[in-house]
Amino acid sequence: MTKENSPEFPDRTGQSLTGAQIIWESLVREGVEVVFGYPGGAIMPAYDAMIEYPIHHVLVRHEQGASHMADGYARATGRVGVCIATSGPGATNLVTGIATAMMDSIPMVAITGQVPSTAIGTDAFQETDITGVVLPITKHTYLVTRPEDIAPTIREAFYVASSGRPGPVLVDITKDAQQSSCVFEWDDSPIELPGYRPEYTALEEELRKAVELIQNAERPIIFAGHGIIKANATGALLEFVQRTDIPVACTLLGLGGFPATHERNLGMMGMHGETWVNRAIQDSDLIIALGMRFDDRVTGNVKTYAPNAKKIHIELDPAEINKNVKVDVAIVGDVREVLTELNRHVGRCERPEWIAKIDAIKGDSAVRDIKNMPDMGKLYAAHVIHDLYRFTNGEAVIVTDVGQHQMWEAQYYKHDHPRRLITSGGLGTMGFALPAAIGAKFGVKDAAEVWVIAGDGGFQMTAAELSTLKQEGLKVNIAIINNGYLGMVRQWQQFFYGGRYVATPIISPDFVMLAQAHGLTGIRVTRRDEVEAAVKQARETPGTVLVEFQVEQMDAVYPMVPAGADLHDMIERPHNPIYETGADAE
Amino acid sequence: MAEMSLRTFVVYVEDKPGVLNRVASLFRRRNFNIHSLNVGTTHEPGVSRMTIVVEADADKARRIEANLYKLVNCLYVDDITDVDSVNRVLALIKVGVSAADRAEVLQILDVFRARALDVSPTSLIVEVSGSQGKIDGLVTTLRPYGILEMVQTGTLSMTRGNAARDAGPPTIKAQPTRAA
Ligand SMILES: Cc1ncc(C[n+]2csc(CCOP(=O)(O)OP(=O)(O)O)c2C)c(N)n1
Ligand SMILES: [Mg+2]
Repeated sequence: MTKENSPEFPDRTGQSLTGAQIIWESLVREGVEVVFGYPGGAIMPAYDAMIEYPIHHVLVRHEQGASHMADGYARATGRVGVCIATSGPGATNLVTGIATAMMDSIPMVAITGQVPSTAIGTDAFQETDITGVVLPITKHTYLVTRPEDIAPTIREAFYVASSGRPGPVLVDITKDAQQSSCVFEWDDSPIELPGYRPEYTALEEELRKAVELIQNAERPIIFAGHGIIKANATGALLEFVQRTDIPVACTLLGLGGFPATHERNLGMMGMHGETWVNRAIQDSDLIIALGMRFDDRVTGNVKTYAPNAKKIHIELDPAEINKNVKVDVAIVGDVREVLTELNRHVGRCERPEWIAKIDAIKGDSAVRDIKNMPDMGKLYAAHVIHDLYRFTNGEAVIVTDVGQHQMWEAQYYKHDHPRRLITSGGLGTMGFALPAAIGAKFGVKDAAEVWVIAGDGGFQMTAAELSTLKQEGLKVNIAIINNGYLGMVRQWQQFFYGGRYVATPIISPDFVMLAQAHGLTGIRVTRRDEVEAAVKQARETPGTVLVEFQVEQMDAVYPMVPAGADLHDMIERPHNPIYETGADAE
Repeated sequence: MAEMSLRTFVVYVEDKPGVLNRVASLFRRRNFNIHSLNVGTTHEPGVSRMTIVVEADADKARRIEANLYKLVNCLYVDDITDVDSVNRVLALIKVGVSAADRAEVLQILDVFRARALDVSPTSLIVEVSGSQGKIDGLVTTLRPYGILEMVQTGTLSMTRGNAARDAGPPTIKAQPTRAA
């Protein structure tokens, strides 16, 4: 999707170039093929120079979209996503996407224009101290005021963003630095930052202790976190499970890090984890946590969390060790390297009793009930997502928004491969799905189909990016799970606030007409027997198809561990899920 | 809950604009309570040194160290709380002293090994260094004479002897100045 027929651009090292040109020279050298952005005064010199370079620019409709697109691109590819904006409001509009990327450790470089260096500090037009604003939500920031600093800074920014535990880096470049010239040099020797320690090697002693705990455990469980996917450790994990026969529970962001259809995969843990997963955790005598951070949505009440389990924490970031949960063995290092090392030392083991016990509680499965629910004409989100799973052969890249539909996706769409579920975990950013899917599509290109699954609320937050989709001529299919509510908040109101549905009923535009207004295809589905045809039509139609699924309004995500409650203290799915709503009970 | 006590960190950082802000922001964001913070240049070009005193138990101290290392500009962190070290606070105190009381006050200063730096008909400026306890003691003693103003540094700390601490204080290659 880079500019077509782009001629090999000439090597201009050693020539005098403007700072604006150097920005693009540097991005090309970092392998950037696409950037997501929006122009404005302080970044205009850079935009003007862009035309000379083989980098595709996607014009977003709001800079939040640009940062989410860069994020989606990065999650889908593992490469650094790039967004670009002007100073002041352009830069501040990026903030939510930067914070989202920070919470989920996404490699991103955000480039912002800044007022001329001579005007900094004068409250000049569109001056915002953006490096100050994003300081706590970035891995690092730079303010560049001279053209000769641009190339080394961008190089360093890509290195910092993508090495170690990745994260967003913001490079703020003053307008005068873009306009003035210097001799362009590109140094491609390894970057040395005196204080930066992205890599750690596991200590022998800790590895030895871990092996011993693993060999002796009777009821062990593995946690697969986002780190498995980031470290490309899925193969090493598969081997580890094959050797040790230990069941695996995934965090939300770890889904796809271990094949969902593998017999040892239990599914998602935590607040909306299935009952047997949380029970197995509470029952376990050893937790082997891989590339995760014991988020409060995963642990519930930490005081009663996995009380009998010893804990081995394998994690790249030493600051995560003992942060939320005290562990017995901490191995700081690259998860893939550590697993490879463990695979060399752990012997084969079998724990038939433990496996049998888990398989027995897994038999309670309410998911199975939902899958086999008779078609009574009503449409449940669970149906929709399960059907999407079936008709896309489980192979689609699914980009979700935040809310009930996000949890249903996690429960019912079984991801067997990494980087096929893209979702905002740590920040839980509504409005993420559509722009992130656009970014993801630029990443995967024709190698995979991309679907958005969004709620009616969150979709409306960034729906303007439909226009971006159209302008770019992309095919990203969209499933809107329309329940007429800010469903997840409504669910909390139902469970914890006496059913007072304050500020959660929400109307939507006619989504079919909205799609059509953008020159896209829109389909409305209200009955279960229409789902298959709609999904097929969406897949076969050229161009983006938006499918609005009007689902049961009062459905809830089960099970649910109330915030801060004990992990085993779950609100379970009512016995027969078909009778979940008041209307059904009649 | 493990016991909270004051812990002292020596932190070397790159001498770049905004680094103090990064360190302060980290402590604020992670809810680590700074008791005192002192920063200044060192004999190594490009390297600044901070002494940070924080309220923390041993476990929190370890996380503070790990979080400091996540700052790209942070070169080296040394938790010297349990290491034999010299700790000093420097204070300047302006006391309202007339000629009549001057001799008495100078005697007090002698006891505290403090000195008068400036004498005027109605006041004198006292310089004193030592532990925070000693400074506080002097302040209490001088208060009846009327303290007009005072200023003090945070704690400055250095471990005793010349045993190299781990890798020792860092040096960095001279780098082209670049705004941070
Ligand atoms: C930007 C933002 N604002 C508010 C919230 C709080 N919130 C979490 S889920 C949710 C409801 C989402 O509603 P909808 O998009 O319709 O999805 P549903 O839960 O109905 O599937 C809200 C308001 C959030 N996560 N993000
Ligand atoms: Mg909704």
